[in-house]
Amino acid sequence: MPAATASQTIGPYWHLLEDPSWADLTRFGAEGERIELTGIVTDGDGLAFPDACIEIWQSSPDMSDRFPGFGRSGTDRDGRFRFVTLKPAPVPGRGNARQAPHIAIWVLARGLMRGLATRAYFAGEKLNETDPLLASIEDKARRDTLIAHPEGQGVWRLDIRLQGEGETVFLDV
Amino acid sequence: MPDPVPFRPAVAGTQPPLDLPTYLGTRRRRPNLPPHPMPHTVTETTGPVFTAERFAPMADMTRQGKEGAMGERIVVAGRVTDEDGRAVPHTMVEIWQANAAGRYDHAADQHDAPIDPNFHGAGRVFTDEDGRYSVLTIRPGAYPWPNGPNSWRATHIHFSLFGPAFATRLVTQMFFPGDPLLALDPIFLGVPDARARDRLIAGFDPEIAVPDWALGYRFDIVLRGRGATPVEN
Repeated sequence: MPAATASQTIGPYWHLLEDPSWADLTRFGAEGERIELTGIVTDGDGLAFPDACIEIWQSSPDMSDRFPGFGRSGTDRDGRFRFVTLKPAPVPGRGNARQAPHIAIWVLARGLMRGLATRAYFAGEKLNETDPLLASIEDKARRDTLIAHPEGQGVWRLDIRLQGEGETVFLDV
Repeated sequence: MPDPVPFRPAVAGTQPPLDLPTYLGTRRRRPNLPPHPMPHTVTETTGPVFTAERFAPMADMTRQGKEGAMGERIVVAGRVTDEDGRAVPHTMVEIWQANAAGRYDHAADQHDAPIDPNFHGAGRVFTDEDGRYSVLTIRPGAYPWPNGPNSWRATHIHFSLFGPAFATRLVTQMFFPGDPLLALDPIFLGVPDARARDRLIAGFDPEIAVPDWALGYRFDIVLRGRGATPVEN
């Protein structure tokens, strides 16, 4: 049996697909604690760039006709992505573990031959202290690259640094 | 609740490295540090569901303007399976591409080639029960890109698929057989394994053609398969 098809870069013109409404995961009438998840994507020179495709997936709350669990946001001229979604709850980990509330993130862009997986956790969650993934990242500064911080009412900010100082922890998914 | 069955890791050489010096755009964007290992959890083994009812298919990319798009009409069709050869049914396939002159209908594309007012270049189809999809489009043109002197991308069509899980997400490109630019394209050549690379080249397939109307190309896509079920303790 052949191996999975090779990945290729999404390139700079994926916006042909873009429907900005996809960045709002509450657009089908989902009810719950609405939050905004936003941040700036920067490269190894610290420059923000406008052609990234950021996607999110959350397994909590449960996917339904009203809540797709998935969102896609381009980055704007300032390199900023922005999602409106519902705050996730804890979900099971492997074994008897519980995972702290989190949102999976997939970063696609020109210059990336494969998508980069990472996660957004939420500062102040008690379960962050025992979350298996966070606990497996020994360096606190590295671990902190996965933790979104509040930036106003219901707004959570997580910047994504692709390379160099403060480089985001990307996951081998 | 039993642990979710993980998806398999990539077979060595079949996926391109992030660090690809021949593709200049990777230099300041690829991470310096290796990815952090993690076992798959429910977050990675589940994924979004897109339905044709909610996300209207756009299976004919040649009829998105007032008149037909310029260029050579082609049907691109194929089957989406997993690494065990099982069909991936009802999954969304997104497609985008340059027009017949090699120009994207996108403000950032400044290549001096004409825009076709009748061709936008975005499509969306869903696989059937047997994993099969089909889309009608035009053969895109080649275009130059800023990756050193007189660099041209091999002719390609972009594909985006989701499959059953966050871990099966795939964004790739389909190439055309016999294209002399394939031997010069660092993105295509970035896949180390020659067989894996060649599977990005569609097959010319008269069976897919629509007689007296459109040529046919077959592009089969394989998404990651599940690993063995872990032994329960």
